[in-house]
Amino acid sequence: MGTDWLVVTSRAACAIIFLIGIFLAARLCGAQSSTPNPVPNIFEPHSTPADSIDELSRFVLIITAVIFLVVFSLLAFAVVKFGKRASDNDREPPQVYGSNQIELAWTVIPILIVVILFLASARVIHGIQDAPKPSTAIDVTAIGHQFWWEFRYPGLGVVTANELHIPVSETARPTPTFLKLLSADTDHSFWVPQLAGKTDLIPNRVNNMWLDPHRTGIFLGQCAQYCGTQHAKMLLLVSVDSREDFEAWVRAQRQPANHDEKENAGRRVFETTACINCHAIGGTAANGRFGPDLTHLMSRRTIASGAAENTTENLRLWIQKPDALKPGSLMPAMQLTDNDLDALVWYLETLK
Amino acid sequence: MSSDALAIETAGAAGKPWVETLHEWVTTVDHKRLGILYIVYALVFLLIGGIEATIMRIQLIRPHNDFVSPQVFNRMFTMHGTTMIFFVVMPVLFGFANYLVPLMIGARDMAFPRLNAFGFWLTAFGGLLLNLSFVSGSGLYGAGTAPDVGWWAYAPLTAHAFSPGHSSDYWTIALLVSGFGSIATGINIIATVLSLRCPGMKLSRMPLLAWMNMVMAGLVLITLTPLSAAQIMLLVDRYLGGHFFDTQAGGSAAIWMHFFWIFGHPEVYILVIPAFAFVSEIVPVFSRKPIFGYPVMVAATVCIGFISMSVWAHHMFSIGMNSKANTFFVLTTAAIAVPTGIKIFNWLGTMWGGKIIFKTPMLFCIGFLFQFLFAGLTGIMLGSAPFDWQLTGSYFVVAHFHYVIVGGILFALFAAFYYWYPKITGRMLSESLGKLHFWLMIIGFHLTFDVMHIPGILGMPRRIYTYEPGRGWDTLNLIVTLGTFIQGIAVLIFVVNLIFSYFKGRLAGNDPWDAWTLEWAVSSPPPVYNFAVIPTVESRRPLWDLKHPEDPDSRYE
Repeated sequence: MGTDWLVVTSRAACAIIFLIGIFLAARLCGAQSSTPNPVPNIFEPHSTPADSIDELSRFVLIITAVIFLVVFSLLAFAVVKFGKRASDNDREPPQVYGSNQIELAWTVIPILIVVILFLASARVIHGIQDAPKPSTAIDVTAIGHQFWWEFRYPGLGVVTANELHIPVSETARPTPTFLKLLSADTDHSFWVPQLAGKTDLIPNRVNNMWLDPHRTGIFLGQCAQYCGTQHAKMLLLVSVDSREDFEAWVRAQRQPANHDEKENAGRRVFETTACINCHAIGGTAANGRFGPDLTHLMSRRTIASGAAENTTENLRLWIQKPDALKPGSLMPAMQLTDNDLDALVWYLETLK
Repeated sequence: MSSDALAIETAGAAGKPWVETLHEWVTTVDHKRLGILYIVYALVFLLIGGIEATIMRIQLIRPHNDFVSPQVFNRMFTMHGTTMIFFVVMPVLFGFANYLVPLMIGARDMAFPRLNAFGFWLTAFGGLLLNLSFVSGSGLYGAGTAPDVGWWAYAPLTAHAFSPGHSSDYWTIALLVSGFGSIATGINIIATVLSLRCPGMKLSRMPLLAWMNMVMAGLVLITLTPLSAAQIMLLVDRYLGGHFFDTQAGGSAAIWMHFFWIFGHPEVYILVIPAFAFVSEIVPVFSRKPIFGYPVMVAATVCIGFISMSVWAHHMFSIGMNSKANTFFVLTTAAIAVPTGIKIFNWLGTMWGGKIIFKTPMLFCIGFLFQFLFAGLTGIMLGSAPFDWQLTGSYFVVAHFHYVIVGGILFALFAAFYYWYPKITGRMLSESLGKLHFWLMIIGFHLTFDVMHIPGILGMPRRIYTYEPGRGWDTLNLIVTLGTFIQGIAVLIFVVNLIFSYFKGRLAGNDPWDAWTLEWAVSSPPPVYNFAVIPTVESRRPLWDLKHPEDPDSRYE
């Protein structure tokens, strides 16, 4: 014998390890540290939709944990207690066929739990999906592309890519951001776990979601709906700025591109090759919409939708051999001469 | 009864040329042989799907790994999902249903033996067609062979603009072909159960396995048809200029999701209800008690069947349905927990007060009970729409449904293999290899799938071929991959056990488990016509009545 004990203890160990894991995940870092955490933990929310989901989640976790512990204990008890002993005689145990009272009990109790869970969920669904939009809200249109994000601020005249800037929303002066979600090609999903649950971007359909981050910082996320070959490197960064920083950023983004006569060589390369088919640079002939707007390329930390740091070497590599950074992306290898490439990268680096 | 059954001898098995044996197997319409064909076929595909899973896990063992390209990885998760659902779990369950249902209801074959063979060969060729794409398809722009659009194949990824080659067509046609096979089998199971029960076997005396397989077959009929319809619409879109799902021409991506999931969610129950069936037969025998609350079990199964058809949109909470629709699907999803919970409690009630014998089939059933409980509870979390907005599309959901399919269904299937292998082959599976298989499986399973929940909570989406370091996912993915290797070894031990025991296993005799249903009354393996004389039953446990004439069940029912 002993098998029954082994079964039970190993199960208990697994369950405990798992619960500790969830607990650690929830506590992975101090909730209000000054530098934002790179771990996009759903249990460390910084925005009302994520907060209310977090609250509901903990409630659901507690209920399910209690159910688990009760039923687990009953099962474990049955396995240990009613195992056939070597000393047992060969007689069959009493044959019991059922009991209507017991069946009724274990039907009614789950129904009550279901009702509670349903009401709690319905309240949060209503709170998030039917929230009124205040007049102070910022509007952003997010458009999913294979494999990058386009962000347009219709009220502010700003267009950018992959790195969303939004203002912090204070309780006294709420400035939530309302996102209108569109897709240019396949399905995508906007997911920044610490700010809100995910909402899909579906072609030929308009979806909406909102965020009202309570603190400044960088929040990471990525596309959460399989959208094609490079779904994995469709990363997403939200920079929550203080009101002043956000206004300064908007002012800078509204400027047309820098024009330095010295950079004409690189600009000519850009304007005379296929670059302009897909990319736009404000104040030049380039007005493509297929790829990210590059007017203020150097204001972004990363290129290729987060696949690489925005450095000189990575820019060169991305233009010459995009597959080295992001195989399967729709950026073509530009086949430029070394001189043209130098001039082009030099020019791109002036787009502050 | 049992001695009469033995009177039929299997026609001279030995000394035939192999061509003739092969011909017999290919042209067979015998439910037992078709059952075995289904099962062996599914085992082959289990190894293929397992290799695909292992390739994915090696790629994810550390961040920025380059074991395979993104194109290959995308093919692997598409083929792994499609293979495991359609060409492993469904066929193996159909195999057991085919083999067991006629024996357990005292029939000599299925109602439509030739339709049965037709269904098997459609499924078989569907699977072969799908895998043929590895050598002859081409997929997403710039990518190579084999379908790479995910096993849900969400529109518009399958449109010509994004999937210009033929790999999506392989996926579509393979599922269409095997879908027709499944529908044929569904019709057959329902007809068999309704019309071929032996005298005395009222519906209320039918073994739970037959009941549950009938509910499963009903679900197959109702839900495989919308899937097949969607596949035809997709073909119309791709080749005849239709615009059902073509968003660039005004079609709707969401319509595909509805079609897919109105199949896809009941599909989960198509897979898990037969697993419930195995557990409902095995737990009583090894607890030495009848199933607790038989009528309630039947009612709960039928109830699950109906409710399962009203929950599909909980796979779509993130697509931007309005708050009323989301609320409705939270309610239906939570409601299905009630009949499912009733089942777990009834199995518990069956073990309670029994004398549990810890043979390998029972060990796997106990594993099933604990793991299915856990999977059900993470299912409740996912059923709460707001929680789901965080968890869907993440590794949490991958962990959840693998908990159902591996921890629940596969464990129940292993139990079924250990329990019925003696009936099918006439020899016992090795008990020591079986226990080794069980323990390795337990360790590997929990290492992989317990841990896999956590990266999902930490924001790791599914279907990514690589991930960024520093997000807290690295070590967790390493552990998950190690667990996969252990599970792989466990499955190989199982396969070795199947082969070894076929030649060297202990002879089983008619009734090695001292069980109570009709299949144990005939020889192992059963004769071609199953029963020389069709038996007459007076209770749910005809063999109990025979073995205990002083205290038969028929006295209490």
